[in-house]
Amino acid sequence: MSAVILGQKVAPLPAVRPSDAPGRAFTLLSGFAALLIVLMTALIIGDVVVHGWQTVTWEFLSGVPRQGMTEGGIWPAIYGSLLLVVLMTFALVPFGVGAAIYLNEYANPDAPFTRAVRFSVHNLAGVPSIVFGLFGLGFFVQFVGMQMDRALGLDVTWGQPALIWASLTLALLNLPVVIVTTEESLRAVPREMREASLALGATRWQTIRHVLLPQAMPGILTGAILSVSRGAGEVAPILFTGAAYFLPYLPTSPTDQFMELGYHVFVLATQSPDVDATKPLLYGTVLVLLLMTLLLNLTAMLLRARLRANLAGRS
Amino acid sequence: MVTDVPTIRTRLADAPATDPAATPPQASPPHLVARDFHLFYGSNEALKGVSLEIPARTVTAIIGPSGCGKSTLLRSFNRMNDLIPNVRVTGELRISELNVLARDTDVVDLRRRVGMVFQRPNPFPKSIFENVVFGLRLLGVKDRGELEVRAEDSLRRAALWDEVKDRLDHSAMALSGGQQQRLCIARSMAIEPEVLLMDEPASALDPTATARVEELILELKSRYTIVVVTHNMQQAARVSDRTAFMMQGELVEFGDTRQLFTSPHKKLTEDYITGRFG
Repeated sequence: MSAVILGQKVAPLPAVRPSDAPGRAFTLLSGFAALLIVLMTALIIGDVVVHGWQTVTWEFLSGVPRQGMTEGGIWPAIYGSLLLVVLMTFALVPFGVGAAIYLNEYANPDAPFTRAVRFSVHNLAGVPSIVFGLFGLGFFVQFVGMQMDRALGLDVTWGQPALIWASLTLALLNLPVVIVTTEESLRAVPREMREASLALGATRWQTIRHVLLPQAMPGILTGAILSVSRGAGEVAPILFTGAAYFLPYLPTSPTDQFMELGYHVFVLATQSPDVDATKPLLYGTVLVLLLMTLLLNLTAMLLRARLRANLAGRS
Repeated sequence: MVTDVPTIRTRLADAPATDPAATPPQASPPHLVARDFHLFYGSNEALKGVSLEIPARTVTAIIGPSGCGKSTLLRSFNRMNDLIPNVRVTGELRISELNVLARDTDVVDLRRRVGMVFQRPNPFPKSIFENVVFGLRLLGVKDRGELEVRAEDSLRRAALWDEVKDRLDHSAMALSGGQQQRLCIARSMAIEPEVLLMDEPASALDPTATARVEELILELKSRYTIVVVTHNMQQAARVSDRTAFMMQGELVEFGDTRQLFTSPHKKLTEDYITGRFG
């Protein structure tokens, strides 16, 4: 049996469709990959919760490390982490949002300067965090800090690892995240909004201030909070720029050193004189760090959802 | 408020030939003028020497197939095309005495004099009230009483007041498409422009909402010079005093709407309005 099409003999089409085994295999594989992610997340969080939840008591949260860090709490590390990210946010958000507004609203996209800025942002994002740590030490601590001491005629005050330099280094690390998320949010504002504003006689700045920024705000805040949550766990950038192994007091000035949760985890895991005695403290500290990060991520999600709902007219 | 669709008559059918309103006043100086206006997107010539004169307080429709340059021409009068990179223009555009294209023309001032309504309703995600007073706030009006009076006046003129007066603080995004478009018209009227440019103002609306917008255009022409771009020839016939037919960047024919639709001078116009292409 054969058919003739356009004068050519062709084989008849098969009566039975070929098996879809590859399709089924792929479904299975991709499902497994997805499952793996859930499993890993559950495993990490589960392990930490199971081993850590008994350690996390009020005494643990509010106490200070004792007995060579084999006893006591982590309050100085929590306090230091909070100060660090708050200071970082103050440095990060104005610069990041400002740069993004410039790139998206004012800059001529083809100008060499604009290209240079974009190139820098993308490369900054790819720099390993330990390099930021070294840069922070070289630039902020040894250059900026020491010059400040010299200019102010002080003993070593600014020219040493300190809270302020760690915050600035961390801000620099997160700058690309904030710039990129802000730019994306600005770009996501419909062109019609821009046109409506300009057609009503708004200047460029008025359009940014009253139309673009309010609508981009959910995205900007999300980016800021995500970089805070990321910053809360980064150890490498603060290693040489301000984090302390142990401090008997809480930092009170930007020139003080500070303890930090991520670094404290590293210290507990590697520098303890008694590994077994430290283990519960280590689990507890990791749990607190995880909870802080999850809380921040959750806040970001809720805030974004709420602001979006407001913009859409549901309130 | 019930929309009374049948009252929106087709002017072609009803208006007697001698109706003085059907013929725009020729004696007064033109309000909008284009002289040998060319516009290029890069090397592509989108408008090829358009010249026309639009009298004050009339409705002019610009019709033509997609891509003929009608929206581009409209958006040139308030220099919205400035937003597009690599646009180059030659020739002359005037609004009364104002040279639109001159280098020292204040674009912000120009846009205050020339309001624009867009194809898709584009209210801001703010309250109805804040939408209407947006332009007033930009002008520095802060007095709450004055804002309220002006908002009510604009909303009344846009025939929207009765529908929204009890919920001025609600989000504009919750309004229907037709209401949103009338809100946008109210918003542009609030800053007292002389000219209203409308870029296919009803193309995203259902027939009832379209009818209301058309009705509004007819009411508003006693105060404003209105230019409407439309792809809908029935709409052009219903609302306009004069019609411009454009094709491939050129103004083919421009004249009295009634005459253009019943006995066009150019073969091209006749082919288009009788549906032979387009």
